[in-house]
Amino acid sequence: MNDPLIDYTLHLADNTLILAQRNSEWCAHGPVLEQDIAITNISLDILGQARNFYQYAAILLGDDATEDTLAFLRDNREFKNCLLVEQENGDWGKTILRQFIFSNYQYLLYEKLQHSKDEQLAAVAAKALKEVTYHLQWSSEWVIRLGDGTDESHQRMMNAIEELWPYVDELFINADYENELLADNIAVDVPSLKNKWIEKITSIFDEATLQIPQNVFAKTGGKQGVHTEKLGYILAEMQFMQRAYPNSVW
Amino acid sequence: MQLQDFEKLFQQKIDTEIKVEPKDWMPDAYRKTLVRQISQHAHSEIVGMLPEGNWISRAPSLKRKAILIAKVQDEAGHGLYLYSACETLGTSREETINDLNSGKAKYSSIFNYPTLTWADMGAIGWLVDGAAILNQVMLCRTSYGPYARAMVRICKEESFHQRQGFDILLTLCKGTDAQKAMCQDAINRWWWPSLMMFGPKDSESTNTDQSMKWKIKRKTNDELRQQFVDMCAEQVKILNMTLPDEHLKWNAQTQHYDFGEIDWSEFWNVVKGNGPCNKERLEARRKAHEDGAWVREAAAAYAEKKTSKQQSQAA
Ligand SMILES: [Fe+2]
Ligand SMILES: [Fe+2]
Repeated sequence: MNDPLIDYTLHLADNTLILAQRNSEWCAHGPVLEQDIAITNISLDILGQARNFYQYAAILLGDDATEDTLAFLRDNREFKNCLLVEQENGDWGKTILRQFIFSNYQYLLYEKLQHSKDEQLAAVAAKALKEVTYHLQWSSEWVIRLGDGTDESHQRMMNAIEELWPYVDELFINADYENELLADNIAVDVPSLKNKWIEKITSIFDEATLQIPQNVFAKTGGKQGVHTEKLGYILAEMQFMQRAYPNSVW
Repeated sequence: MQLQDFEKLFQQKIDTEIKVEPKDWMPDAYRKTLVRQISQHAHSEIVGMLPEGNWISRAPSLKRKAILIAKVQDEAGHGLYLYSACETLGTSREETINDLNSGKAKYSSIFNYPTLTWADMGAIGWLVDGAAILNQVMLCRTSYGPYARAMVRICKEESFHQRQGFDILLTLCKGTDAQKAMCQDAINRWWWPSLMMFGPKDSESTNTDQSMKWKIKRKTNDELRQQFVDMCAEQVKILNMTLPDEHLKWNAQTQHYDFGEIDWSEFWNVVKGNGPCNKERLEARRKAHEDGAWVREAAAAYAEKKTSKQQSQAA
């Protein structure tokens, strides 16, 4: 079955679930207690968004689909998240930068999506926008702090930029399912978000004494289900219980 | 006034149930006992995040994952309140955390046991948070004001944790045979270590008398342990599971459950650092601290730059 609305909803859900899964790896291992709590909070917020999207996708799919069958019983090639969110946490700088890149994108996305013709998607986006506003602010502050902190933190941020920038462009390329939903004003046209996204990045990077790299070769494929090798390990761990003990209630 | 007079006044205050506040005079030994107890308690919250944090990535449903993340995060919050309570006694968070990382400070031995299956998340919530609550409810009335107030906030969340843990087990015991077996196995592994959470027997406990006199504690280890056994012996029936103690039996005369002897050699072994995960827990805490050093330094450096910029702008 190939229903663009279902694919799109799953794409939105997968993006948030996989990033939530990654961020939650910090829980109990953060650099300072308050920030351990903050990154875990973000994880919890976006997991909540993922659940809302999955629940909607389950309704669209009908039959026995639930948020859990969608999260735990689909395999690698069916996941439609961007490659960015499945990248390893690395150090605190890389996690912060990934969050900043993503929250900045997500903020612009939800700002538009809240006016989608699809009422369910619009409602989830509208509700999540407040959270994302905070995530963007929090991650912006940390990018500045680390970029303009010590020599070491500045260097670490430069490394993080180098590692993550190849995954930026994918955020702004429409997949087939997005293109198909544009005419009905259901999906957001992601290429149209890029200018504003760059503006924000530039202003925060200026303050952080960091630069946007030029001529980076873009890596894409996640939105169509062609992932990096990392996703397989995330799923193996995340889906373990449901795979080992099928047909059980938890 | 002589020192003895101060001490007499202090004890009078305690006896009349007036809370001791940070700026009040207090005996050195009272302050030391509190710092030791509160910091141990804070460390327990923080180290306690590890065994459960362990299962966040593998939680079997999205709902359980969200609940578990929120729970572990609550424990971080508890650690924060308690480190702050410690600071009111003149010990900085940095000092306190350094004592944990150097191995000088203790934390609750229960967190040196491994979490092997999902059912452990249920057993910990039910038994470990359950045991912690009995202790903490008592501490809501402890004589030191900031500690008592921190406990009031913490207790509300702990009782949530216990209910959520019990709910995990309840779901398992209504499930498949494999789930039921997983549930019983977790109860078997966590029961005795939970009983040990209340500390040595009253006859062996060196600090109890003075702590009771100062009303830091209001119940003895054995009293709290008995209360816990009585509570769990009833609750386990709802689960259709058993507690792994052949001596567990209702005693109509005492109106309490009799129970078997704790393996005290295991207790002391874990306290001395030979538990299954002592090394792993401490290493995880140290690693987090060390890996975070450059982050804390950068934040401090940036904050300093910002203040000096503001100052030069103001000048
Ligand atoms: Fe706690
Ligand atoms: Fe708790």
